[in-house]
Amino acid sequence: MTASEASRRNIAITPEIVAEHGLTKEEYDRVLKIMGREPTITELGIFSVMWSEHCSYKSSRIWLKTLPTKGPRVIQGPGENAGVVDIGDGQAAIFKIESHNHPSFIEPYQGAATGVGGILRDVFTMGARPIANMNALRFGEPSHPKTKHLISGVVSGIGGYGNSVGVPTVGGETNFDPSYNGNILVNAMTVGLAHTDHIFYSKAAGVGNPVVYVGAKTGRDGIHGATMASAEFTDDSEEKRPTVQVGDPFTEKLLIEACLELMQEDAIVAIQDMGAAGLTSSSVEMASKGELGIELEIDRVPMRETGMTPYEVMLSESQERMLIVLKPEAEAKAKAIFEKWELDFAVIGRLTDSGNLVLKMHGETYADIPVAPLVAEAPEYDRPWVPTEKPAPVAAADLKRDIGVLDALKELVGGPHLSSRRWIWEQYDHLVMGNTVQRPGGDSAVVRIDGTAKGIAITTDCTPRYCYAHPETGGAQAVAESWRNLTAVGAEPIAVTNNLNFGNPQRPEIMGQLVGCIKGMGDACRALDFPVVSGNVSLYNETNGKGILPTPVIGGVGLLPDVARQATLALRKAGETLVLIGDHAGWLGSSLYLQEIEDRREGAPPPVDLAAERRNGDFVRAQIRAGALSAVHDLSDGGLLVAVAEMAMAGRLGATLDPTAIGKELTAWCFGEDQARYVVATANPDALLAAAKAAGVPAARVGSTGGAELTVAGVGAISVETLRTAHEGWFPAFMAAQTTA
Amino acid sequence: MKSAIIVFPGTNREQDIRVALRQASGTDPLLVFHLETSLPEVDLIVLPGGFAHGDYLRCGAMAARSPIVQDVVAKAKRGVPVLGVCNGFQVLTETGLLPGALMRNADLKFVCRNVDLRVETSQSIFTSGLSEGEVMNVPVAHHDGNYFADPETLDRLEGEGRVAFRYCAPGGAVDGTGNPNGSARNIAGIFNESKTVLGMMPHPEDAVDPLHGGTGGRGLFDGIVRALS
Repeated sequence: MTASEASRRNIAITPEIVAEHGLTKEEYDRVLKIMGREPTITELGIFSVMWSEHCSYKSSRIWLKTLPTKGPRVIQGPGENAGVVDIGDGQAAIFKIESHNHPSFIEPYQGAATGVGGILRDVFTMGARPIANMNALRFGEPSHPKTKHLISGVVSGIGGYGNSVGVPTVGGETNFDPSYNGNILVNAMTVGLAHTDHIFYSKAAGVGNPVVYVGAKTGRDGIHGATMASAEFTDDSEEKRPTVQVGDPFTEKLLIEACLELMQEDAIVAIQDMGAAGLTSSSVEMASKGELGIELEIDRVPMRETGMTPYEVMLSESQERMLIVLKPEAEAKAKAIFEKWELDFAVIGRLTDSGNLVLKMHGETYADIPVAPLVAEAPEYDRPWVPTEKPAPVAAADLKRDIGVLDALKELVGGPHLSSRRWIWEQYDHLVMGNTVQRPGGDSAVVRIDGTAKGIAITTDCTPRYCYAHPETGGAQAVAESWRNLTAVGAEPIAVTNNLNFGNPQRPEIMGQLVGCIKGMGDACRALDFPVVSGNVSLYNETNGKGILPTPVIGGVGLLPDVARQATLALRKAGETLVLIGDHAGWLGSSLYLQEIEDRREGAPPPVDLAAERRNGDFVRAQIRAGALSAVHDLSDGGLLVAVAEMAMAGRLGATLDPTAIGKELTAWCFGEDQARYVVATANPDALLAAAKAAGVPAARVGSTGGAELTVAGVGAISVETLRTAHEGWFPAFMAAQTTA
Repeated sequence: MKSAIIVFPGTNREQDIRVALRQASGTDPLLVFHLETSLPEVDLIVLPGGFAHGDYLRCGAMAARSPIVQDVVAKAKRGVPVLGVCNGFQVLTETGLLPGALMRNADLKFVCRNVDLRVETSQSIFTSGLSEGEVMNVPVAHHDGNYFADPETLDRLEGEGRVAFRYCAPGGAVDGTGNPNGSARNIAGIFNESKTVLGMMPHPEDAVDPLHGGTGGRGLFDGIVRALS
C-alpha cells in the first residue's frame, strides 16, 4: 500500500509506513511521546515532512548556529523567509539562495523553474519587490550522456520562469565535475528591495484572526518533495518524477503584484509562502512563531483535483501559493485585490489559543498536533565526523606536462571550466526593469536601485575542488572570493546567503566536509564582517553511494553608493599600466591548471589569509571610488594570466605581461591561484604604487595595455581575437554537437 | 506629449518604457489596466513588453481580446499613434492592426542581447528623429520574435515603405549575421498603412541611459516626442 492509498483510510501505522515516511524508529518513538497516542496518517505525514532534513536541518543545525549572523546593517538574519539588510535611505535588500537539486535532476525544466519560483516567493513574502535573480549551477562532466540534456532543460527552465515574471537574471556561475553526473546542483538566488518600515514576517498573532489561502489551487503535485530532497538517489530515482512540482510563472507574476498591492494596505498580520512541505510548514511555522494554535478546514482549500485527502492537501507542494493571517477588518479589501488579479482567495481557518494544529474536513478531525513540540522537539543530530587532512602543497618543480603558457592559456579559456557562459545567459532576460548596469560576465552583477544612484552588487561563488581538498580552506575561500568579487566592482560587501550542498551526512567523512566548510566559512565571515543572513542546506546529494564535491555556494550582496563609480573588468585604454595587487607565491595545489592541463586533482588549496584579503580589498575599493582605476578584475580560477586574458577579451584590447619568473616557475607565476589578489589597469601607476605602499598593500607592475595581442614578454603572443574565438566558441559548439553516449 | 501604457496581467516592461518616455517627454505616462474599457485622449498609446496572460495559447492572442484593446483598435483606426514593443508587437499582429505573425525564434531559444538595427525610413512620426540608414544598437529579449508573413505581404510592406527597422551587421549591412531570431527579410519592426502604428521586437526603452551600456534607443523616443508635442 502506498502512503497515499493509506491516507484514504483510517489505518494502523505499521513500521513499514513509518519507514516509508523517512522517519527512524527513534524519531517515531518521539512522535508517539509527543502525541501520547498513535498518530493518524495525516499527522504522520506532517511529522515526516517537518522532521525531514530539508525542513528541520537536523544534521546541520548545531553547526549552522556557529555562523556569524549579526552586523550593523543586518535587520533580519536566518530564521525568516529571507535575510534583510539595511542599504540606507530607509531601504532594505532582502535576499536568499535555495537549492532545487533533486527535482532538477529528475525533470530539469520544471525542477529549475520551480526553484526560481520558490526563491522569488521567499523574497516577496517579506514585502520586497524582486529586482534580480542569480544562480549557481553544477553539472556532470561534459562527456556524460545526460549533461547536455540537463543543461538545456535547467537553463530554459530558469529562463522560462524568470523571463516571464519579469525579474532580470543577472548572473551566476556554471561548472562541471564528474561528481555531479548523477546529482546536479541548481541553486537559485533572488534579491528584492523593500522599505525598512514595511517588512513582513511570518509570526502569527491575534486569536480568531482569519487564515487566508491565496494564489494557485492545490493539486497532487510535489507530494513528499521535501522527503525526496532528504534522501539519496538510486538508479530508479527518475521514477520519482511525480514528486516534482510544475511551475506557472504567470500566476507567480500575478501573485507578486497582488501581494505587493495588499502590502500597501494595513491588512497583514503575518505572511508565509508555501514552499517545501506546502501548507504544513507554512501553517506550522506561523503558529509556532506566534505561540498559537491554528485550525484549518481542509474542505475550504481551493483544489484543482477532486477527492484529495487532508494528507494530500497538507503535503502537496503545488506552486504559487501563500498563507496570510489577516486583520479581520481587512478581509473584504484583501479579497478584492486578489480577485482583481484573478487569483484564488479563501479563508481556510482561524488562529486559536489551543496551541495545536487542528485539521478538519467535512466536520471530521484528521489531525490534532501540539505545535510547540512538533517544532521544538524536531530531531537534532551531532553526527560523527572526521576532518579531512590537508594534502601536501604542489611545487612548480613537480609540474609534468611540457606546454607553453600561451598554449595552456588557450586550452583553459577555450575549455569547459573557463569558457564564456554567454550561451546560458543570453537565454535569460537580464535587462528587464531597466536597471541592469553590469551584465553577466563580470566579477559581480550590478543592478541600480530604481530612481537612485545606488546599486546592489551580487555574486555567487564556490570552488568545490578546494572544498574537497581541504574543507576549512575551501569554505573560507568561497566567502573570500565572494567578498573580493563585490569589491572588484567597487561595492561594499554587506552580507551573504549560503547554500550548503553536500553528500550523505551519515557518513563521517561527508559530515567532516560539512563541518570543515562551515568552520572556514564562519572564520571568513567574521574576519570580513560579512554575516550570513539566510541560507539553505541540501544534503544527500549522492547517487548510489557516491557523493558530490562539497559545494557550499556563497551568494554575496554588496552596496555601491554611486553606480557611476563602478569598476568593470574590460580593458579600455591602450598605454595604461597593469598592476597586481596582493602577494604572489605561485600556488599550484588544487589549481585549475593542475586539473585541466595535467589532469591532476591534488595538492593543498591556496591558503586564505583573511587579514590580507581585507587589507587588499579595502585598498582596491578605495582606489575604484577615487576614480584611479580604469579596469579591475579579481584573481581566481586560472590565476594571473587567465585574469588578464579575460580583461583583454572583454575590452577587445591587447596587453603585455612582464613576468618575473622563468621555466616552471613561469607557469606558477601565470596560473598560480594565490588568494586576495586583483589585477588593475591605471593611467597613473606611480601614484597607485605609492598609495599601496602607504597602506601596506603589496602591489607590483606586471605589464601594460595596448595592441591586439596578449603578449607574455620573452615567451610569445596570441591574438586577443583568437582567444575570444576559443573562449566564446566552446559552449555553443558543445551544446550543438551530437551526444556520443 | 500625453501617453498611455496598457498593462495586462503578465506585462513586465511597463516601467522600462515609462522611464524612457518620461525622460524624453518630461511627463509621466498613464498606466491603464486591461480591464478598463476606454482610454483618455492621449497623443500616444503604448503596448509594452512582457508575457500578457502568460502568453499561453499564442503570444498576444488573449491580450488582443482584452476590453481595453477594443478601444486601442478604435483609436488606432482614428489615427491615434500606437507603439507596440515586443509583446506589444505580438498583440498588434493578433488584433490585425499589423500584418504577419511572430513565431518562435528560429533556434527555439529565448534570446537577450544587443542587436544592431538599420533604420529603413525616417518618414514616420516614430522615426522622424532618425535618419534612413542609421544604425541603432538596442537589446532584444524574446522567445517569439521570428517575424513571418507571406511573400506578397512582405513585398507590399517593402513597396509601401512600411518596414521600419531591419536587423543588420554593426556596419549596417543587412545580411544573415545580425538576425537574432530568423525574421523574414531581417524585419525587426513594421508600420500599418498610415504609419501611425509601429510594432517592433527590440527594446529601445532599455537603451536610453549610458548606464544601460548605450543610448541607442534614445533617438527614437526623442523623435516621437518632437513629432507629437
